[in-house]
Amino acid sequence: MTFLFDLMAQGVQMLLVLALAPLLIGFIRKMKARLLRRKGPPIIQPWRDLIRLLRKEVVLAENASWLYRSAPYLIFAMTWVAASLAPTFATGLMFSWSADLIAIIALLGSARFFLALAGMDIGTSFGGIGSSREAMFGSLAEPATIMIVFTVSYIAGTTQLSEIAAFMAANLELRASVGMALVGLLIVAIAENGRVPVDNPATHLELTMVHEAMVLEYSGRYLALIELASALKLLLYISLIACVFFPVGLATHDADLHTMAIGLGAYILKLAIGGGALALFETSTAKMRVFRVPDFLGAGLMLGLLATLLVFVTRNL
Amino acid sequence: MPLYLALICVGALLAVSVYAIVQRRNPDISRNVYRLCIALCGVLFLAAVMPRGAHVVSTTLPLGLPWIGMHFRIDVLSAFFLAVVNLGGAAASAYAIGYGAHEKDPMRVLPFYPAFLAGMNVVVLADDAFAFLVAWEFMSLASWALVLTHHHEAENRRAGFVYLLMASFGGFALLMAFGVLGGVGGAYDFASIRESTKEAWKSGLILALAMVGMGSKAGLAPLHIWLPLAHPAAPSHVSALMSGVMTKVAVYGFIRVVFDLLGPPAFWWSVEPMTFGAASALIGVLFATIQSDLKKLLAYSTIENIGIIFIALGLALAFKANGLALPAALAFTAALFHVFNHSLFKSLLFFGAGAVLSGSGERSIERLGGLIHSMPKTAFLFLGGCVAISALPPLNGFVSEWLVFQAILLSPSLPQWTVKLLVPAIGVALALSAALGAGCYIRAYGVAFLGRPRSEAARVAQDPDRWSLGTMAALLALCLLAGLLPSLLIDTISPAAKDFVGGRMPAQAELAWLSIAPIAQSRSSYNGLLVFVFILFSAYSAKWVIHKFGSSRSRRAPAWDCGYIEKSPTTQYTASSFAQPIRRTLGVIAFSVRERLDMPAPGEMRAARLSVDIKDRIFDYLYAPLTRAVETCASGLNILGLLSIQEYLALVFGALVFLLVLVAI
Repeated sequence: MTFLFDLMAQGVQMLLVLALAPLLIGFIRKMKARLLRRKGPPIIQPWRDLIRLLRKEVVLAENASWLYRSAPYLIFAMTWVAASLAPTFATGLMFSWSADLIAIIALLGSARFFLALAGMDIGTSFGGIGSSREAMFGSLAEPATIMIVFTVSYIAGTTQLSEIAAFMAANLELRASVGMALVGLLIVAIAENGRVPVDNPATHLELTMVHEAMVLEYSGRYLALIELASALKLLLYISLIACVFFPVGLATHDADLHTMAIGLGAYILKLAIGGGALALFETSTAKMRVFRVPDFLGAGLMLGLLATLLVFVTRNL
Repeated sequence: MPLYLALICVGALLAVSVYAIVQRRNPDISRNVYRLCIALCGVLFLAAVMPRGAHVVSTTLPLGLPWIGMHFRIDVLSAFFLAVVNLGGAAASAYAIGYGAHEKDPMRVLPFYPAFLAGMNVVVLADDAFAFLVAWEFMSLASWALVLTHHHEAENRRAGFVYLLMASFGGFALLMAFGVLGGVGGAYDFASIRESTKEAWKSGLILALAMVGMGSKAGLAPLHIWLPLAHPAAPSHVSALMSGVMTKVAVYGFIRVVFDLLGPPAFWWSVEPMTFGAASALIGVLFATIQSDLKKLLAYSTIENIGIIFIALGLALAFKANGLALPAALAFTAALFHVFNHSLFKSLLFFGAGAVLSGSGERSIERLGGLIHSMPKTAFLFLGGCVAISALPPLNGFVSEWLVFQAILLSPSLPQWTVKLLVPAIGVALALSAALGAGCYIRAYGVAFLGRPRSEAARVAQDPDRWSLGTMAALLALCLLAGLLPSLLIDTISPAAKDFVGGRMPAQAELAWLSIAPIAQSRSSYNGLLVFVFILFSAYSAKWVIHKFGSSRSRRAPAWDCGYIEKSPTTQYTASSFAQPIRRTLGVIAFSVRERLDMPAPGEMRAARLSVDIKDRIFDYLYAPLTRAVETCASGLNILGLLSIQEYLALVFGALVFLLVLVAI
């Protein structure tokens, strides 16, 4: 019976992240529009777009290969698996131990790998420009993430996300190292999700785009899958930040339904706060030049490194 | 029994060399030699994995130095490396049955190839310094002859020269290392070396010499310069052996000397392997990222992977020195796991590069493109190799890197501040090289296999024969297996960890769902199998839902490219333009780049030119002054050739007195 319940909780989480991810995007767009004193499309709009895309015919470039056609499924699957293994409303779900924090980051790396390859498959110059820049951003963002992982795992003594969240919830205190790690992770999250100031998700201005350049040739269901995957990735980063740095209200896997419901409410509230903050940040900054991005990400890497060293110095491990 | 079987097989491999020379007129000789090699490597592999009865098996054969003979021995470590060597050897031989048929001058390969295999096997089996060094040099010389297979090209002759120079330098360092190990008593068999006590300064000296000797063969920076020249120069199956297997033999030598013969370690021993490992990982991957020659790119990536192995070995030393048995076992297991992994996927990738070379005649990825259409099977297998080596789940490369990261995360338990603070810095280097490695293989695969063909040769290229494809498929299957069921391999390595670092990881095969948990499940765990199943399940359920409720129609049309696609394939992103952002931002670590833009004046009709000049800093600052110094010394010593007979006698007398005084002290 508990087995079934655990399995259901895991299943609920899988469907929950899938359902919430486009809503999060819709919420951010709405907030941005409101901040610019526009009305903006309804929050449900991204879902409508996705469903419309799924129903459309795919237009494939003449020389698209099997890699180009299977990549969207792989990218979506890898991102979805990563997003459903990170704690959202409860910790210690049935399969949460099958991938720890490092493995989740690496799963996103796999998705990036296939996305960048898909960008090069048609042989257009835009695809190449996007993939090349994505590879550069990735090679700086990944080590920065790993350093932040180091910081939190040195403090919590584990790389299991559920255990980290439980530890952080039990030992709530202000630490400089954790603060630095948070800022570092925010920088990485902005860059990894292609948000302003690194990339602009709303733009098709040719020479400034990174993510959009890679997926330029995609259409129909393939585009829908890729859009869904990028929404899931944004949701995953907000869940990560929420469960490591703000583990308030998280239920445990054996809690009763009431606590789970509270956890769910807290999670949705956290997503809304995260999305609102992102919208506020995006409306108040401008996009930076591509060759400024390494400095931006380098700051993230350095913050991670400093945080790690600070952990050693202050905690006398 | 396994030891005798192994030695008989080694003898048989040498006999195959002779057979190749005797039967050189036989038109089937190439096929026969490689078939025999597969069979012998297969038996050697069985000898490695079969139960040995006793824990350690050893014997002495009346060869080599009279009255003393040659000692041979199999223990858990040599059995592991024996298996790695012969798995790689069998794969390379199977691949070569098809690939070797393209060889214009087979007699430049066939006699040396079995000898090379025999040499690597004997290094792993040797149990005294004499046998070890003889086999080591034998291996070096056989591979040198193979590097010179295509000796008509000046570039290959230079590669052979540099290789020979570095190999003899490394061999010299090893000779000194064993000299110091043996001491004045001349204890040269490993058993008595193990018994003897070593002072701290001697240990430090031996460690440094072993780093130089083994590191130069493994390709550790800054001794790596020969590797990217020599490995690609050989035929592709030999490149695979050199990169995938011979570097591992060097790793074996390092482990044998430092973890076994040198006795209990001090904590500062770990600093050297870790820092040089991290430097190799970064330098290797950065150079790999800017290469446009596919085989050179793979060779540089070998340097990166060797760096990762040495990082793990350094960690194991640090933990072992402080008596932390469990973390030491974790780091040691990670190192051996990566040894196994790298031998698989690097062979696979070199075979793929060989298939591209024989299919299209091109080695430079700048003139390839679109191979996924002309060589679909190779393209699929090569993609698998790229994913594995880029350390992406769920394939095997990720598992070993994950284990190294887990070992790094245990560094707070180290008492010494030097190592404690060094380890996270090494972790950054490792993370950076892993991420750059993925970028490097995106570039290699994307430019060579995807997009539109940049030359006619790439457009009409064809998949290789069945032997080549079958071998690559088998290697990819092994990569997948090691990635999905890592617990089996970890448990296989565990006895070696017990013997060499004094601890073992908890038995992994008993854990639920076949996952791995190095220390405890609550600390960290990973389950490749489940992740793989989840990915497949999600992808297929998405496909099913979309095809059922959405649309499954598609139509082919010209590419859009924001409105207009230029027909010429040269407008695609090239390999060098792909690497440009990384070269600009991170390249300064390893090399100095000078870009020159030649802009025509307004109104002038010629094309603008951009030339990029990349210089290896290590070569400029280390090797160039060294060569100059050697030249100066040589010309200075010239006068010694013009002395009179009295002066010569005086010189000899003086030298004799000096040496006697030295011995007396």
